[in-house]
Amino acid sequence: MESDLNKMLEHYYEMDGNIISILQDMEETFGFIPEDAVNWFSHRLSIPAARFFGTATFYGQFHLTKQGKHIIKVCRGTACHVKGSQKISDDIQREFSIGVGQTTKDELFTLEHVACVGACSVAPVTLVGKEVNGKVKSSAILKKIKQLREV
Amino acid sequence: MICVSVCMGTGGISAGGDKVFHNFEAELLKHDIEATVNKGCSVHQVGCRGLCAKDVLVDVIANGVKSTYEHIKPDMVMKIVEEHLIKGAPIKEWLVKEDYHNFNAKQMKVVLEDCGVVDPEDIESYIERGGYQAVKKVLTTMTPLDTVETIKRSGLRGRGGGGFPTGLKWEFAVKNHADQKYIICNADEGDPGAFMDRSVIEGNPHSVLEGMIIGAYAIGATKGYVYIRAEYPLAVERLRIAIKAAKEKGFLGKNILGRGVDLEIKVKLGAGAFVCGEETALIASIEGKRGTPKSRPPFPAQKGLFGKPTVINNVETLANVPQIIKRGADWFASIGTEKSKGTKVFAITGKIKNSGLIEVPMGISLKEIIYDIGGGMEDELAFKAVQTGGPSGGCIPASMIDLKVDYESLAAAGSIMGSGGLVVMNEGDCMVNIAKFFLEFTQLESCGKCTPCRIGTKRLFEILTRITEGKGRKGDIEFLIDVCNDVKATSLCGLGMTAPNPILSTIKYFRREYEAHINEKRCPAKVCNALLTFTIDKEACTGCTMCAKTCPASAIEGDKKKPHTIISDKCIKCGSCFDVCKFKAVNKE
Ligand SMILES: Cc1cc2nc3c(=O)[nH]c(=O)nc-3n(C[C@H](O)[C@H](O)[C@H](O)COP(=O)(O)O)c2cc1C
Ligand code: FES
Repeated sequence: MESDLNKMLEHYYEMDGNIISILQDMEETFGFIPEDAVNWFSHRLSIPAARFFGTATFYGQFHLTKQGKHIIKVCRGTACHVKGSQKISDDIQREFSIGVGQTTKDELFTLEHVACVGACSVAPVTLVGKEVNGKVKSSAILKKIKQLREV
Repeated sequence: MICVSVCMGTGGISAGGDKVFHNFEAELLKHDIEATVNKGCSVHQVGCRGLCAKDVLVDVIANGVKSTYEHIKPDMVMKIVEEHLIKGAPIKEWLVKEDYHNFNAKQMKVVLEDCGVVDPEDIESYIERGGYQAVKKVLTTMTPLDTVETIKRSGLRGRGGGGFPTGLKWEFAVKNHADQKYIICNADEGDPGAFMDRSVIEGNPHSVLEGMIIGAYAIGATKGYVYIRAEYPLAVERLRIAIKAAKEKGFLGKNILGRGVDLEIKVKLGAGAFVCGEETALIASIEGKRGTPKSRPPFPAQKGLFGKPTVINNVETLANVPQIIKRGADWFASIGTEKSKGTKVFAITGKIKNSGLIEVPMGISLKEIIYDIGGGMEDELAFKAVQTGGPSGGCIPASMIDLKVDYESLAAAGSIMGSGGLVVMNEGDCMVNIAKFFLEFTQLESCGKCTPCRIGTKRLFEILTRITEGKGRKGDIEFLIDVCNDVKATSLCGLGMTAPNPILSTIKYFRREYEAHINEKRCPAKVCNALLTFTIDKEACTGCTMCAKTCPASAIEGDKKKPHTIISDKCIKCGSCFDVCKFKAVNKE
């Protein structure tokens, strides 16, 4: 971890001292913003940890808790909304007993909402990992997610 | 010479464009070895050409004749190569139909002219089409003031939503002297349901860079940033490739074209906050802070990034600039209406046949966009309203379909031009639900700095939620209007000032729908589930058990091959049975 953090620190200086770049690096490397790592930077840079957390909680991109192995994103942009994306999200929430932004107990799945992934012409859209699925039906996406559990 | 172009925008890729592209490469290679295909054959990737509903689109140019195929799947490639390229007979059934040509007939491409033609990852292909000529012209024959003057005369206005005259903005920045100035390209594109800027960057990133270089020269900026959403990985990648290539060619970096002009452009990834599209919040975000807006003045052109004069322009605004320089201000000013010049790119989606990306001259009517270009309504259901401008805009009803699309007309109708999202809705869409949807978005994205927006949008959302749940009260409509007006008048930034637009416009044009929800506890469009009762039609039910199997609340009973019934106490009104029933036996009232 130490070497990862040192690399991020270097990048931070390259980016003219921008703490968002540290947060983005942490998110990329760890999948969330670990408290220990924030404290490490806070100590090194003499920047209060609160500034890191204040910035991290402002932006949708950062997470303070560990994410599931598979991230399921349901697009809640306008085009997807009028094509029924709310129901898809509701169905996933019900099936896996999680809310938006939450992770299943087995740490396999995290459900997120995103605002338009820019594939509106095939709305409604969901992303499972990086794979974009267009013209989604609840039943099909639930099946797909359940299959991931088996592998 | 045979040339194959595969649509590889985000739309194209999610429809399988990647595989189509690779299959073409593989097939061509295979046959090349057998020496049956002409040498000099090339496959290249192009950006979005608009008609995303027909993805994957593939152009095949053989013997100088261009054929366009629609809905191409990876497994269809082999047949195209064999029939068309080897035997010389295009596969007629797969070619685009008449509606593809109608889609293009009423459009006018300025910004999108080269999207879908140039290879976005190859600077040579842009230069071949006259790319970077405008930079050459400006740097060698025009002074910065000439440049500002040309843009002013063209009448170009900001495409990011506000519609502020671009030349004027540049002039302010020129007048503010400083040791360092910045130019920023706003590619945050927060409007959910719109993807114009993404497509422009994915399809022709150099056009945006060229606009930035010209802008930087005009105002005297030596550093630039492109602030782009992290949710657009493909656009980010193409932008980075483009910046690198432009640097190698001497269009960026130190001493551009040997004229002693410097410009360094960096890419900054947005971190997922809608308000960061607002210029002062965007600047805070680049500085590494929480992206909260500041009150203006001072405007960024006076005191912007790191306290220095800064010009912020939208992607599409900047992409217009090289065209204006090349073809002249008069040419640009000849397109459009008196006050809105040029063209506008729209992402048209929703319940329409041809969803996709379009570019039209300002002043075209909504009707032409929806029926001529969009091909009309999906499933032939009746057109009800179109939402423009995203969460800051409003809904325009069917009765106003002849409305002209320009800044002033849209504002007069209670909406805004916005960045260019057009979401078409039909009789099956509930306007109260739509207003609630937008308020859910704005209250979530409100940065919390100013009270009217933070609390006001939340309250508005709560009232709308109550109404859609059948708990509406008398006087709610007046109360909504009241709160809306307060939030509009007192918010700090554009987010709060425009957030009430979806509510005000839907009340203005669809007041009866609000009344039905509040007074009769009824949703005329049958969308608000809490106001509906689900029943099964005994005659139509075949007893296939599909609904009972799907019902998450186990609220459906019945024996196989016998009519089923819904136990209303247990029903959670999720609507699953309605969706899965193949015999239309589930009714909702
Ligand atoms: C809440 C809010 C969100 C905005 N989002 C965007 C955006 O996503 N893209 C954009 O170009 N402008 C956006 N704007 C407008 C910018 O503040 C600014 O006016 C624009 O980038 C200026 O460029 P232009 O003059 O070329 O339009 C937004 C404004 C507000 C108030
Ligand atoms: S609204 Fe879902 S992809 Fe655009």
